Amino acid sequence: MDSWLPFFQWCEATALGHGIKQSPWLFPVIEAVHLLGLSALGGTLLVVDLRMLGAGLRTRPIAELAQDVRPWLVGSLAVMILTGTALFLSESVKCYYSQAFWVKITTIPIAALFTLTVRQRVATRAGMDATVSTRLAAIVSVVLWFTVAAAGRWIGFS
Amino acid sequence: MIGLMEWLASTRGSIALHESLYVYPLVESIHVLTLTVFVGLAVMLDLRLLGLALKRVPVSEVLGRLLPWEKAGFAVMIVTGALLFYAIPVRTYQSIFFRAKMLMLLVAGMNVWLFHSRVERRIAEWDVAPVAPRAARVAAVVSLVLWAGIVVAGRMIAYNWFDCDIQPQPAVVNWAAGCVVPPR
Repeated sequence: MDSWLPFFQWCEATALGHGIKQSPWLFPVIEAVHLLGLSALGGTLLVVDLRMLGAGLRTRPIAELAQDVRPWLVGSLAVMILTGTALFLSESVKCYYSQAFWVKITTIPIAALFTLTVRQRVATRAGMDATVSTRLAAIVSVVLWFTVAAAGRWIGFS
Repeated sequence: MIGLMEWLASTRGSIALHESLYVYPLVESIHVLTLTVFVGLAVMLDLRLLGLALKRVPVSEVLGRLLPWEKAGFAVMIVTGALLFYAIPVRTYQSIFFRAKMLMLLVAGMNVWLFHSRVERRIAEWDVAPVAPRAARVAAVVSLVLWAGIVVAGRMIAYNWFDCDIQPQPAVVNWAAGCVVPPR
């Protein structure tokens, strides 16, 4: 992974990364918006995951629920990626040396891909009842996104 | 009050929590991750009232099924939040962001109470309507704005820009934070 270091250094030297690092309040503000995105993304994920586990909005068809919150899921994910990229650019080299960052950055594509493909397909094909496959998809979704969020919080502690 | 905070800071539990290598970050992480449950589901409910999501689900259904999760999430937020305060009582008590957060929490609580006691009582009339009536939509917007403000203010407590031990500060900051500043 040594070959990546110059790239991380380049990231931090970009105008955006440099600008955020120089400002005393830009990082905190972007970070706060990142947390707002976390709240919204968490809500849109949980509503469907709970339903697929057989809890929460149990009287509605799983497919309907998944379809209903999808724009909010995609929207809040976009906010997370945009603000997350800005935060990363301002402290790329620190991230390079942070184990938590590497855990997060490898789990994000897995979690996003899983949610938008596998979980989406399972939800679309599901009926009213939570089955083994809907439960399994929900558990995998919660575990993956929990890993992303927990690792993200831990970047700040390193 | 500040005397009480100083006493709180001198207790063994507060010192242990403050100096712990892993427990404090762990409590803080739980506090932040529970945002997804508590604020996340509150946002879903507000979006439903505004007719921006879950339009086909009756409002009573969203309330009834998500409220138990909301209550559980809130309990975790309060317990972990109180522990975070207990770990650093004096500085947090004199933080303008903490004070703003508590004020907004109070108003958010009043908003919930008003919604339940006034707006929700006639829910049968608009339960299945895709967009809730005006009073409910106002409550939803107030809730969204306040919870966003609470999250942002909460995050800002970590920054020391307006701390009492960094002087000079504008008089209004010292007043709002309750700083005791010796006359120059």
